[in-house]
Amino acid sequence: MKAVIAENLMKTYNKGSVQALDGLSLDVEEGTVLGVLGPNGAGKTTTVRILATLLSPDSGRANVAGIDVLKHPDEVRKIIGLSGQYAAVDETLTGWDNLIMFGRLYHLSAKAASARAVELLEQFRLTESAKRPIRTYSGGMRRRLDLAASLIVRPKVLFLDEPTTGLDPRGRQDMWGVIDELVKGGVTLLLTTQYLEEADHLADEIAVIDHGKVIARGTSDSLKKQVGGERLEIVVENENMAAVKEIVAKVSGSAINVDEGLRQVSAPVTTGSKALIEAAKLLDEKGIHPLDIGLKRPSLDDVFLALTGHVAEEKKEEEDSMTKGRKRGK
Amino acid sequence: MNAISDALIITKRQLLQLARVPELILFSIIQPIMFVLLFRFVFGGSIDTGQPGGYVQLLMPGIFVQTVAFTLASTAVGLTADMQKGLIDRFRSLPISRSAVVFGRTLGDGALNIVVLTAMGITGYVVGWRPTSGLFNVLLGFIFLLVFGFAMSWVGVLIGLSVRDERVATNATFIAVFPITFLSNAFAPTTGMPKPLQYIAEWNPVSTMVAGCRELFGLKNEFGATAGSFPSENPLMMSVIYMILIMAIFIPLSVRKYNNANKK
Repeated sequence: MKAVIAENLMKTYNKGSVQALDGLSLDVEEGTVLGVLGPNGAGKTTTVRILATLLSPDSGRANVAGIDVLKHPDEVRKIIGLSGQYAAVDETLTGWDNLIMFGRLYHLSAKAASARAVELLEQFRLTESAKRPIRTYSGGMRRRLDLAASLIVRPKVLFLDEPTTGLDPRGRQDMWGVIDELVKGGVTLLLTTQYLEEADHLADEIAVIDHGKVIARGTSDSLKKQVGGERLEIVVENENMAAVKEIVAKVSGSAINVDEGLRQVSAPVTTGSKALIEAAKLLDEKGIHPLDIGLKRPSLDDVFLALTGHVAEEKKEEEDSMTKGRKRGK
Repeated sequence: MNAISDALIITKRQLLQLARVPELILFSIIQPIMFVLLFRFVFGGSIDTGQPGGYVQLLMPGIFVQTVAFTLASTAVGLTADMQKGLIDRFRSLPISRSAVVFGRTLGDGALNIVVLTAMGITGYVVGWRPTSGLFNVLLGFIFLLVFGFAMSWVGVLIGLSVRDERVATNATFIAVFPITFLSNAFAPTTGMPKPLQYIAEWNPVSTMVAGCRELFGLKNEFGATAGSFPSENPLMMSVIYMILIMAIFIPLSVRKYNNANKK
């Protein structure tokens, strides 16, 4: 059973001058996580806004939990949760005030709203900060409260639009932990991200989008296979180049890539840190001290390069018009 | 009934903001109080009103109307801020009535006027304002002012949802409201203005409101170019017509705008 279906969505902004979505289609199986991966302006936010009833497509079909989004938006609003790039909570009010307000707006009784707020604050480790105004929260805490607010009625389908953009590494780790737990709870989740690592960590399946359509779809493993997975990279002095080429070839078992100018030898590896240790051991045996050695994980750029032949490019104007009236992070 | 209870939750949110940050109340009353004192003592001595009780009697209705007219600005700025922060998006993704958020906002801003008008009335009393028409008429005048503030708030909704930036909302509304309140009989008689301006000033809803309040507070009105016309003879009735017109135009437009916010 598909919990989310988007079919051939088209959307233009600024009287057709900016093509945000160009026949985008995707679906999410019930109880799974789909990561929508793409650079700024690829159409991620537009897709989420259409599915969450905030925006009408120019054409195409959208369906959430079996309900037609365009025909019955009010029904869809009852069963979805939405958390965006910017913590959409009232910063003047406390965390508690916000959860009660949203609970009441979901038509919970005062008692039920309080009970749910207590639960959510506990779940998101915000109990101690409940009575503090949101503006005193850290970025990560704000985002957690925002997520909590989108879970008040236990939505069937949750949309998270770049849940960790703008967070520091600790905040990001925190957020991942929280999302992991939700996923274990069985929620159907569609999340957008610019980070392959994030999609890799959180999603069962990844849809890569570019210029308003899906250009690749699959599990993170199958995508990484297309991209080439991790690469072992070693930089050494000139006199050791020959020996290092041999070592890298042995560890990798695949064709090596040599950059004489940078004095760098690299090759794809499949065993991760094991390959790194092995290479270090072999270098040590030969008494070679590398200038630099490391594993390079494929980035969004690598994925794009592999899939499209061009690097991920930002489409600034589209982002701007797409979020008319909202403050952007940059 | 959900539409009303949803709207009241939004109103409650605004009142809660005042409770959490009491400075918000302080700053909404400081400016009007300052205006009362400045106008009373700076201009009061040099304007001969020809009516008993001096300038402050004429000033108070004028400054009341000016203050509630500025509800437009606070509504606009508040909504623009909510849009920028993504709150409007969140509200729109909730299963609530399509008019709840804007109705709640205008009710909340209207309710804050009760506090502001009370503070101004007390200040006015301290510096010599003595309406002579009896408690009932004075209260009627205040209700009149509150409804006018509510009507103006709806103009603010449309502006607030149409601009992209809080600073634009602040400046746009100031530029819109400031001349309207001064091109009126609020602070000085229109009879001293050039003739063509008198027509504009005397038909101005702010002027009919001020004239209406002066009537309710037991004062005589003086009209120039339009003396004898319907608004000068019936300022209260004319004001009611204006308020109905403003709401009839701006409530549907605002609700529509809210439902299409960010939706272009």
